[in-house]
Parts: sequence; C-alpha cells; structure tokens
Amino acid sequence: MLSEAALRKIDREIAKYPAGQKQSAVMAALAIAQDEKGWLATETMDFVAEYLGMPPIAVYEVATFYEMYNTAPTGKYKLTLCTNLPCALHDAAKAAEHLQQKLGIGFGETTPDGLFTLKEGECFGACGDAPVLLVNNKRMCSWMRPEAIDQLLSELAAEGRQ
Amino acid sequence: MNAPAEFFDYGPDSIIMAGLNGRNWRLADYVARGGYSALKKILAEKIPPANVIAEVKRSALRGRGGAGFPTGLKWSFMPQQYAGEKYLVCNSDEGEPGTFKDRDILRYNPHILFEGMAIAAYAMGCRRGYNYIHGEIWDGYERCEEALGEAYQAGYLGEDILGSGFSFHLHNHHGYGAYICGEETALLESLEGKKGLPRFKPPFPASFGLYGKPTTINNTETFAAVPWIINHGGEAFLELGRPNNGGTKIFSVSGDVERPGNYEVRLGTPFAKLLEMAGGVRGGRPLKACIPGGSSMPVLPGEIMLSIDMDYDSIAKAGSMLGSGAVIIMDDTRCMVRSLLRLSYFYFEESCGQCTPCREGTGWLWRIVDRIEHGAGKNEDLDVLLSVSDNIAGRTICALGDAAALPVKSFIKHFRAEFQHHIDHKRCLVPDYV
Repeated sequence: MLSEAALRKIDREIAKYPAGQKQSAVMAALAIAQDEKGWLATETMDFVAEYLGMPPIAVYEVATFYEMYNTAPTGKYKLTLCTNLPCALHDAAKAAEHLQQKLGIGFGETTPDGLFTLKEGECFGACGDAPVLLVNNKRMCSWMRPEAIDQLLSELAAEGRQ
Repeated sequence: MNAPAEFFDYGPDSIIMAGLNGRNWRLADYVARGGYSALKKILAEKIPPANVIAEVKRSALRGRGGAGFPTGLKWSFMPQQYAGEKYLVCNSDEGEPGTFKDRDILRYNPHILFEGMAIAAYAMGCRRGYNYIHGEIWDGYERCEEALGEAYQAGYLGEDILGSGFSFHLHNHHGYGAYICGEETALLESLEGKKGLPRFKPPFPASFGLYGKPTTINNTETFAAVPWIINHGGEAFLELGRPNNGGTKIFSVSGDVERPGNYEVRLGTPFAKLLEMAGGVRGGRPLKACIPGGSSMPVLPGEIMLSIDMDYDSIAKAGSMLGSGAVIIMDDTRCMVRSLLRLSYFYFEESCGQCTPCREGTGWLWRIVDRIEHGAGKNEDLDVLLSVSDNIAGRTICALGDAAALPVKSFIKHFRAEFQHHIDHKRCLVPDYV
C-alpha cells in the first residue's frame, strides 16, 4: 500500500513517542502517505490506521480536521494562497485575481489538464513575506506579486509536463 | 534552504536574534556565539532546579505566545516530587495572523530554543519534550530536525547530557493546518494524534497534560530567552525591560510599513520608535490603525498607538494587549469594515466547533460584517454584532471565542462612524479597498 521508504519514515516518527503512543505519529504518517499518493483515499487512511493500531474513524477524524490533508484528489500542484489580513494589506486580492485569471479557475477548482489546484488559505505565519503562497503544502513562496506568480507558474508548468 | 535575499538584522538591542545572518544556524555557529554555555554552567555547577526557577521568576519573563503569563510562576506549578514521566512542550504552532517571529527562531537560531528547553526540562524534572511546529512552515520543521540531530550528536540532548546524569529527549512534531492547535490543550490533543479540540480546564496541563501527565507548555520565544537569563542573571534581564515586563520582545511588524519584518527591542520601547525601525508607514502615509498584538487583540487608532510604549502593561492600559507581539499596521486608505470582515471570516473558518457560542457566533459575526461591507447592512446590525460578541466571549472552553469577539468590539468602538457610513450609504468611506 505504501512504499518501503514511506514505512521507514513512518517508523522514524513512531520512535519519537513513548511506547504505546503510536497514535501520536498519525499526523506525520498521513503527511507521508499524502506525499506518496497525492491524496488520502479511504483505503490509504485505513492502511495508516492498521499500521498504527488505530480505529479507522480516528484517522478519518484527523485527516478531515486539519486543512493541509487532501481528502480528495487535487491537481499535481496545489497552490494555497493566504488572503488573511496581513497578506491582504500586501495585495493578496490582486495575487488571487492574477492566479485565477492565469489559470482560468477559481478557488477550490482544478485546471482541466490536472496540473493546478487553487486554494485559499489561512495564516501561514510568514506575514513579513506577504503575500505568501504554498506549493503542495511544503514549499513556501514569498512576496508573490504578479511577476513572481508568472515565474512560478511557468516553472511548475514546465516541470509538470515532463 | 538558501539565505534569504532580504535578510536584515533585528535591531541593536537583540539578545535572542543577535549576530544572525540567515546562514549561521548550525551548532558550531551557535557555540561560537556562546551557545549552550548556560546549560553547561547549570550542569557543571549542579545548580538546584529551584534556583533556576527562582532566577526565571526574578527576570519577570512573561509568556511570549500571547497570554503573557509569568514563566517562572508557570514552571513552579509543576509537581516537583511527581515520580512518573513529566513532559515539556514548546508551542511553535505560530498561526496568529500577523505573527512570524517563531519562524525566524526555528530557522535561523534553532539551538537557542533547544538549549532553553533543556534548561527548562532540568528545572522541572522533565525527561521528554516535544516541539510542535506550525505545519505551514515546513522548511522550519526540516531545519529543526537537522539541528536537533546535531544537538544529540554533540551530547547536548539525549541520555546523560554532558556526563551530568541529566537526560532530556526532545523531538519535533509538525502540525498540518489548524489555528486552534496554538491553544495549549488543543495542541496536546493534536500531539496525542487526535483532532485539536481544546480541553476543559481545570485540570491544567501542570497536573493533567500530555498523555495525562504533568506538562508545561511555553512559546518558542519564551524558551529562547532562557539561556540569556541564566548567563546574565534574572535581574539583568528584568533591567532590559521594565518592572513586571522583563527583557526584550520580538515584534513582527506587518501590513502598511516600508520594511515588514521582525524587530527585537526592549520591552517599553515607544511604538513610534518601533514603527521607525520598520521604515515608517508605507509611502509616508498617516497611520490610521494598528493591531498591536496579533489579530485576536483589540485594534487601536493610530493616534493612541503613537503615544504608547510597547510592553504588556502599557498596551493593556491603552485598551489592547501585547499578545504575540504581532503589530499589524494600517494606513489611511484602509477600510475598517473590510479589514474586520477578513478577520471575522478567519475565526469562523478556524472555530473547532466544540462550543455552540463560538461555532454559531463566529458565523453570525462574519455574515453580519459581510452584509455591512456589501451594502446590505441594517441599522440595528452594530448592536447585534456587539450583543453576539458579548455572548461568545467568556462562554467557551478556550480563548478562540474571545479572540473572535475582541476585534469586532474594538473595531466598532474606535471606528463606529465608518461602519455606520457603510450602513447609511451602502458604500465605503475610504476610496481604496484592502
């Protein structure tokens, strides 16, 4: 279900917690599973539940509570733009408009070629770099003015088509 | 992770961020700056844990995460004689809009946090600790994982630290997108692998915390201040600031300023000086408003802000709170209705749903501000907003309810005419929208 490499990563996470507290590794395990599978299908979550000795429902609860888990398929690149107040004061609305216009989609939508999903996010804790955008949860892009957005989109489009 | 293109120094009075350039985050760099000397001193001199706590009390260090609770006092709540496992937790789940100081500690000076935590663990008799990092700053998590490996390797963490017999096992844990986990008991639930739902208190974490064991939770910046206190003494730390407001504080300045960023200044520094360090209001425009402590704290008009000093007591006296030290600046082109709308949406979105007043009330607040902003406001709406706010604040398990209510009440208190104008004229008083 998950690769050997992913399981080894999960094991390293489990080792961080006291004996009998494997459940503490569920957030990391789901993030690792998502990195490998792109999103968290029910069978993926069931596998994680089995691996950590948790009831499946407890895993679903975690996956649906935290914003960064994909409980449905997304485009190859999930772009999450912060539009909270400090980012808004640095033209996040313009960044949103530019992204939507360039990609031809609104928030919560995926481009027809399956390359990009656009999401509106809440504070990432990087307000000094406003406006900020996350690529697939883990890559923080700072100062996303229209030119920076253009550059990022063409970089990702080129990489994504390979 | 490359050194940032726009890295700048944190100000001449820095102690936590002193000497950083964005690249010198490794153990060797930290040791060259005098790092881990406080931990070494405590272990070599076998300073009694009670003396460490007394020193922190003397320093008047107060929690840097938002509540401002005296750190030494919090540490003294931990049962000293408790025979079982006790835990130490760092709250690096920095998601309060406007706050981005812990991110810089985690990525540019991670060892100062580890040293501070090791000292705290020694003082309270904790053998295990967790550093809960905001999921969105993934590079900070990876940086901490790498730096933590260095600290174990060098014997500053782990079993029998520096041959002293004292052991402390520290691990990093990442969140994955939930503002509520910044609330300390929600964070504990999350650390246990559950939804981040805040717990009823009491019992407080010092008696029933992680896995039901005594636990102390402090903010990243709080721990990061500890090595300096041990090296220089609590008295010296206190003297950096003001009575009851010891030390320096990192302020995250965002919004309409020339140079958004983190500035570490002595507590009690005039706001005008801090604003000047950040290059002043963007384009030299007038300061309309400022939220001095993160989005959950009351907004204050510019003229009040310009007359106050940045410390817990002075800001409280002016009607707001220092909070997490997130200073959000708004110039005269900003619409207060529009600004509040975005904040109200945030609290609606992030309410965990456990308590009815917050779950339902945050939605009411957002929808009413939304209709005022969009020209459909009714005359009674401002009173309804205040009444809904009053029925949320103080009636929920955690402070998110208060955090949703305080901005609404303060925006209306200080800018009522602007809200009224929206209702009366179906349009904005200021030309340029946020």
